[in-house]
Amino acid sequence: MYADRARASLRGWGGVAAMAVLCALALAFVLLLPRTQQQAPDRAGQRVTTGTQADADGCADADAHQRTLAPSGADGPTIDAIKARTGAKRKLIVGVDQNSYRWGYRNPNTEGAELEGFDIDLVHRIAEDILGDPDAVQFKAIPTSQRIPAIQDGRVDMVVRTMTITCDRLRQVAFSAPYFKTGQQVLAPKSSPITGYDDSLAHKKVCTAAGSTAYAKLDADRKQGRPAASADISTTVPNQLDCLVRLQLGEVDAVVTDGALAASQAAQDPTVELKGKAFTTEYYGVAMKKDATDLVRRVNRVLVDYRAHGWQTSYDTWLSATLGKDAAASKPPVPRYLAGS
Amino acid sequence: MTHPPKSSAAPPAGPVGVPGVPAQAGRPPGVAPAVPAPRRTAFAEGVERLRTAATTEPGRLRIIGAVLALLVVAFGAVTAWQTGERSAAADDVLHRSQPLSSGAAGIYRSLADANTAASSGFLAGGQENAGSRDRYEKDIRTAAAGLVTAAANADPGSASEATIARLNRLLPEYKGLIERARTYNRQGYPVGGAYLRYANEKMQKQMLPAAETLYTTENRRLDTDYGQARPYPWAAIALGLFALAALGWAQRRMYRRTNRVLNHGLAGASAATAVALLWLVVGHAVARSGLDGSYDHGVRSLSVLHDARIASLKARGNENLSLVARGAETVTVDGKPYDAYYYDFDKDIAVLGKGLTAAARLADDQGGTAPVEAAQGNMAVWKQRHAAARAEDENGNYQQALDKVIGAKGATGECFDSVDRNLAQAIDHEQSEFRQAATDGRDAMTGLPVGVAVLAVLGAAGAVAGIGRRLSEYR
Repeated sequence: MYADRARASLRGWGGVAAMAVLCALALAFVLLLPRTQQQAPDRAGQRVTTGTQADADGCADADAHQRTLAPSGADGPTIDAIKARTGAKRKLIVGVDQNSYRWGYRNPNTEGAELEGFDIDLVHRIAEDILGDPDAVQFKAIPTSQRIPAIQDGRVDMVVRTMTITCDRLRQVAFSAPYFKTGQQVLAPKSSPITGYDDSLAHKKVCTAAGSTAYAKLDADRKQGRPAASADISTTVPNQLDCLVRLQLGEVDAVVTDGALAASQAAQDPTVELKGKAFTTEYYGVAMKKDATDLVRRVNRVLVDYRAHGWQTSYDTWLSATLGKDAAASKPPVPRYLAGS
Repeated sequence: MTHPPKSSAAPPAGPVGVPGVPAQAGRPPGVAPAVPAPRRTAFAEGVERLRTAATTEPGRLRIIGAVLALLVVAFGAVTAWQTGERSAAADDVLHRSQPLSSGAAGIYRSLADANTAASSGFLAGGQENAGSRDRYEKDIRTAAAGLVTAAANADPGSASEATIARLNRLLPEYKGLIERARTYNRQGYPVGGAYLRYANEKMQKQMLPAAETLYTTENRRLDTDYGQARPYPWAAIALGLFALAALGWAQRRMYRRTNRVLNHGLAGASAATAVALLWLVVGHAVARSGLDGSYDHGVRSLSVLHDARIASLKARGNENLSLVARGAETVTVDGKPYDAYYYDFDKDIAVLGKGLTAAARLADDQGGTAPVEAAQGNMAVWKQRHAAARAEDENGNYQQALDKVIGAKGATGECFDSVDRNLAQAIDHEQSEFRQAATDGRDAMTGLPVGVAVLAVLGAAGAVAGIGRRLSEYR
């Protein structure tokens, strides 16, 4: 009887104990549940590139450099507005480059923050002529693709920045007479099998500056399968010098830019060289607002004088080291102006 | 009681059938066992036993004892679970998520500062001075160390881990670009500047956004930990109250039947449960107030201060870049073109101003207010000097503008350094305030899970002993 009772009571407490074990198990399970986390998606930016159209309104790129106004020293509304600037603001506002070695750049090893180069010399000459002070200049550094908008928006009076005169650009801005002659060229590592602007570019990545004539030419040619339909020209950068960075980092195989600038790049890196001959002929001009006729004529007058006195000195100082002692290939042609202008 | 006590008695004699499963057809004839009376399920058996027990007083007492003990033990278990969880979350706040959140802000700061130091060096022209080089190297070291700490604490496969891996990959890439820029600068080639721009682009477009993502993720984890540490342990409190009520009811029942006022066991059980409940409520309330304090006086201030520091860094970076870019980048707002970097600078300074105002409002003592007010003063001077520098730049006096930004005396650089130093001091102060309050909060829960569990076991033992004493009177 007593034993029975004890067993029964034991049986009861056994149930309680089992319950407690169950509770403990459930607890352990809940506590050990793993935590989860959410992942935030990354968003990548996209780059949009634009092409250029090439059509003619009686304009051919080969003689686009002749479509400028005859030189004149007379003041007009644009020059009056520049001269009317007072105090510290009495300056010619010029869009330039600060990355083109020996054209427009800041030498990190010279004291001060002065820009220097072939383009910069010309700017000082124009400022001296208009405002009587070669240093009355406010330089604005402008990416290749912003040259035309900067002029159209009036952010700068003119752009002196290795800018090629083309029919397409003539529809948007006015150009001076040419002050330099060059042509597109291919730049690649010395060890590269690329031989020039030909089918050796097949399956190669080619870098150009956004909004440059080099990109326009490559884009137009590639649509016709030249020089190699398989060449990848999707890498565009704000400045031609950024192409050298990409080339050195192995992100592209070749660079296409004006021979004058390609030579500047080669001068900064002895392991790259110009490949093949120049495959276009281009002329650099000073770009201004389309309706600034007085300024265009004035600059053209400065250029007449500059070609005779100054051009060669500036070439010898800045460019002979990269382009060769003989300046004949770079000399601009004798200027011709629009008939009746 | 929803479950019957499991039988520990010997199984009934005879062949063991499967309870509740009818005999299957198709068994080979002849092997069919003699079918006993259909066996009932264990549950039904248990209910039957319970019902039988409930008809006698000792049986009822046994059931009451079991229920009481179970209630008290359940109270202890749930309390130990809930407070243990909260205590662990509070510990995470103190030792894991908050330090990681601060660490992520530190990584962002170091990266942005390194980039600014590098671009200042470029702006200065010539060869960078020892000061800016040291600053850059120190920032890179701090960022690398911060990434190691963050990586060690990231959960495998988490979003933070992916972000940290990305930053770890980008940092040496960035450093490589900067070193190339230095080399070319020494040779006087402008391609050095191109490398610097490329490095800057990598920093602005990839690294800083990644660091910001890390900071956001770590902040979210901090909020989660706070969210887990703060809620009242309602289940435990409810169970405690219920156990107390049940104990009271049992004693009242016993008093009515036996006229005995005090059952020592049950009274002890009630006392233990009451103490445990009180400990739970008070301990958690104190912990909660400590955590709330650490959030209000620490984390909120810290978050505002970190944001302000980042805004001042961005402002400084944009101020430098406007001079590096020299008007190359513009944005058009409402038809008017602005220099992109100057435009961003104005936005950053506005954010900094708002941040400092908020920080001053949140600061609750002299130690927190003083550096914030000093930073506000620095910022006012910075804005004045910046306006002067910008006027020079807009007038084409580039060299003068440069002197006013990175020059040795009276430049905006001094103001930025002062703002940064004062904000660092304010952050240090708020960090210690946070640590103090959060430690107090966490300590209030120390011993709570174990203590309540022990009390519950004692209480359950008391209940069993009390009932057992009554039961013995039937023997």
